[in-house]
Amino acid sequence: MNTVGHFLSEHPFFHGFTSEQLQELVKCGRDVRFEQGEFLFREGDEARSFYVVREGRIRIEIHDARQGAVGVQTVERGDVLGWSWLVPPYLWHFDARALRTSLAVALDGERLRDLCDHDPVLGYEFLKRIAGLMEQRLQATRLQLLDLYSEPRA
Amino acid sequence: MNLVLEERAVAARDPMRPRPFRVRRVHRDLPDTTTLEIEPPGPDHSCAFSPGQFNMLYVMGKGEVPISLSGDPAKGGCFVHTTRAVGPASRAVTELRKGDLVGVRGPFGHGWPVDVAAGGDLVIVAGGVGLAPLRPVIYHVVRRRRQYRRVAILYGARTSSDILFRRELEKWRGRLDLEVRVSVDRGTDDWHGSVGVVTTLIPQVSFPLSEATAFVCGPEIMMRFTTRELAQAGIREDRQYISMERNMKCGVGLCGHCQWGPHFVCKDGPVFRFDRVARLLWQREM
Repeated sequence: MNTVGHFLSEHPFFHGFTSEQLQELVKCGRDVRFEQGEFLFREGDEARSFYVVREGRIRIEIHDARQGAVGVQTVERGDVLGWSWLVPPYLWHFDARALRTSLAVALDGERLRDLCDHDPVLGYEFLKRIAGLMEQRLQATRLQLLDLYSEPRA
Repeated sequence: MNLVLEERAVAARDPMRPRPFRVRRVHRDLPDTTTLEIEPPGPDHSCAFSPGQFNMLYVMGKGEVPISLSGDPAKGGCFVHTTRAVGPASRAVTELRKGDLVGVRGPFGHGWPVDVAAGGDLVIVAGGVGLAPLRPVIYHVVRRRRQYRRVAILYGARTSSDILFRRELEKWRGRLDLEVRVSVDRGTDDWHGSVGVVTTLIPQVSFPLSEATAFVCGPEIMMRFTTRELAQAGIREDRQYISMERNMKCGVGLCGHCQWGPHFVCKDGPVFRFDRVARLLWQREM
């Protein structure tokens, strides 16, 4: 098994897949590196990849002419990033920028979709994990929206 | 006994009678948050306290407000309070100047069980000004570092400019025997650290939390979600402690203003073992 395969097999997101399924998933992956300040993707770009972060820190942000870049979340070693490759129109809704040199495994979104279509068992399992991830992010976003540390309203 | 000594003795006995402290030093931490050092009227007035306890501070003519102690419990001679201006009385506390008098009743309540946590791993989770009641714990742990195993401090703030005790957090992060992680809810361009709610820092702690004790302080909603995330990380509810804030008035469990289910927050708390209050924390009517 190559380094991508070894890394993915150890990663909690991929625990529980059969070795055959894992092998197919590994075929979609490649090592990528982003220098500090480099964008992984920008809002409106075609969403081509699902990232599993090996090292570094990546900030998901949205740009506004008045406020500049506003970070809404960071992902770090062990986190996974991006599900827009799964949902039409397959476009990123945010920017993602490396805050420091970052390493990741990028899984090809189109190949992942094909894999999920042709192997519904794998597809369902993959989707459940993405749904779990979405649930976590939704909860975190709700807490952020509450603006917990602002002055209590009278 | 002369009159002055008698008065002091009465003040020491009577928890309802404020002692006149004088503001020795004022430090503006954030635009709405101030740390005061206040000294007692004489050397025979003790400033001893346990981490997590609070005093009732009375600003003449403005009102009285419970404020937790945020200084080093090993350093006597004065009380240190960090106050955020959220109402008229707390705003009056933040507007005190060097030399002003402030009435003090306390210290009151049960604090953080630093001895229970000794000998094991410790994770401290604070949000916003909730770091203030936990700072005495951090001083205590740093001073007795050998008594604790692995220690993580997780802190969440609104933005990078709202980070309380920033210089101290940076100093603690510089130590090789403390794991300090800070996250902000909203990442501005000058912030290159973590962005996201403080709960997202819990899975990032570098050691397994299953055997750790957790001390949590912050807004109630933050504590609810933090305790849930800590449980998911394997920390039993009876190893988690939270610091509650309710409408404390008398400080000794007489007036009932701070009653919370069967508890009086001022007397039985403000620090509670989580398994004893978990049910109340999730109850809307409480």
